[in-house]
Amino acid sequence: MLNIAGREFASRLFIGTGKFAHPELLKNVAQASGSQMATMALKRLHISTENTAAANNDDILTPLKQLNIHLLPNTSGAANAKEAIYAAELAREALQTNWVKLEIHPDPRYLMPDGNETFIAAKKLCELGFVVLPYVHADPVLCKKLEEVGCAAVMPLGAPIGSNRGLLTEDFLRIIIEQANIPVVVDAGIGAPSHAAYAMELGADAVLVNSAIAVSAKPVAMAKAFAQAVEAGRCAYEAGLAEVGMQAQASSPLTEFLQQLNEVE
Amino acid sequence: MLVFNADQVADLADELSGESATSSSQIQQVLLAAKQVNGLSIKQFSQLLSPAAESFLPQMAQLSQHITQQRFGKNIQLYIPLYLSNWCNNICSYCGFSANIKQRRTMLDMAQIKLEAQAILAKGYQHILLVTGEMPKLAGVDYLTQVVKFLRPLFKHISLEVQPMSVAEYQHLKAVGVDAVLVYQETYHAQTYAQYHLKGKKADYQHRLETADRIAQAGIDKIGLGALLGLYNWRFDAIMLASHLSYLQKHYWRSRYSISFPRLRPCLGDIPQQNLVSEKQLLQLILAFRLFNPQVELSLSTRESAAFRDMLLPLGITTMSAESSTQPGGYAQANQAQLNQFDIDDNRNTQQITQVISQLGYQTVMQDWHASFSR
Repeated sequence: MLNIAGREFASRLFIGTGKFAHPELLKNVAQASGSQMATMALKRLHISTENTAAANNDDILTPLKQLNIHLLPNTSGAANAKEAIYAAELAREALQTNWVKLEIHPDPRYLMPDGNETFIAAKKLCELGFVVLPYVHADPVLCKKLEEVGCAAVMPLGAPIGSNRGLLTEDFLRIIIEQANIPVVVDAGIGAPSHAAYAMELGADAVLVNSAIAVSAKPVAMAKAFAQAVEAGRCAYEAGLAEVGMQAQASSPLTEFLQQLNEVE
Repeated sequence: MLVFNADQVADLADELSGESATSSSQIQQVLLAAKQVNGLSIKQFSQLLSPAAESFLPQMAQLSQHITQQRFGKNIQLYIPLYLSNWCNNICSYCGFSANIKQRRTMLDMAQIKLEAQAILAKGYQHILLVTGEMPKLAGVDYLTQVVKFLRPLFKHISLEVQPMSVAEYQHLKAVGVDAVLVYQETYHAQTYAQYHLKGKKADYQHRLETADRIAQAGIDKIGLGALLGLYNWRFDAIMLASHLSYLQKHYWRSRYSISFPRLRPCLGDIPQQNLVSEKQLLQLILAFRLFNPQVELSLSTRESAAFRDMLLPLGITTMSAESSTQPGGYAQANQAQLNQFDIDDNRNTQQITQVISQLGYQTVMQDWHASFSR
């Protein structure tokens, strides 16, 4: 079972909560997906009840609280480490969780994650006792460095966020997965269940999907499709269908034979 | 200094309906390119504004809807304008606040602003746009600072639509809590601009044009651009607006951009009749803009009619105002009707708009920002 920072997840599909047509639909999707982790932007949360008129209109928190789903606040909107750290602290107070999906994008057009600022914020948040899941480029070196400062998982992107283009970063994701000692969650760009299945076949520990479900004509049916794809992909990976990695296998059928030859000589 | 090649754009605008008019097959090529969701070139964008593209509006609409939903989801952000002052130094022949118009002038004091804010909060708004005429001696940086500081704890997102300022002034306003600044060029055609903007600081075309640069240099998170459609050939202004956006995105990649499409409305000033833009043409422009730039926010005000807004809503728009009063003090004391900057057409209240948005399959978003961002 997937384990992140000591918490077990029966489903390897994480969902996003933005872009949905109404909160009830989000709730139905969350149920149908079987997901046990949903990320939500701090900027969308009506933290205090100071303006109930506003909260009445677009409350995404209440429907999710009715489900058995782990809420993963994210720092979307933060443009640097300082803002992200502050957002994480606010979210911790509001949702009573020390988990945070760290998102820092100073580029509001393509929402590209800022590696430098993400590293600085991740280090600080880990020191402050947060369970940090940083959203990053599929940058193997950055992912190792984030692991070293104590991140609970890394969330490299498959393609530009919201693009539905699949695993354009496949070669780099393979390296990240191969090198990681913490879970790798492929985030952003997954536009079809086949993309999700493929990420799982590569050995990703989980995937996060939002747009492809939320914007689908039938979000609940699509959520189910993603759940099945993630499960199928994971089964295939565990059954050994994954392609050969970049390094030679430690024990190929020839290994033992070659060792025997050496011993004879 | 920002200089556009206006002649080149004029040629481009002329080409669309001239002898070498855009052909159907060219439009089809452009639509094929738009399907890649990588945006379009200025040339391709201009082709979508051509008379020839009118017969492709259904295809453009479908594509625009798809691209917008992919980026923004099934969400519509609502905001409301708060008019603070109708004092103005400028004489602009189309505007109800124009200095030469004899009317009662007013600037809200803090007690009045408090009442307005309470009325607005009760409607559910968290994103607010503060509007003034241009009279810096009265409604200048000091006044705006005081207002923004007061409103900051009450609202999640604060935008300004006031006189153009210096980089230092924008930096100051950012620090006290401004998230976005809107400055519309009105028309990008310099000679026409001079004909409408007769007196006051606004008569300086270049100073106004470079305002967006100054906003960006000050690090303000969001910049609102727009042209007042109807002052000049709308195709020319649309191509210039798109070029302006491209220039800014290339130079100020940290800024967020929003585009508005105000159409000239009857107001207290003179109403020019030439160059007026039809609903169909405005639709064409909005669709073309979405295909041109898949990521930019597109905003629609209550200047347009309820029926037209409902039709446009799922086709590329991301942001709307609602239940707007365009006179200072209009929310707390709704009975005076003589101070409007322009008349609005969609008079539905927030609850009604929210219901319509929901019926169209969209979520009304009241809050999508946090005051701690971009300070």
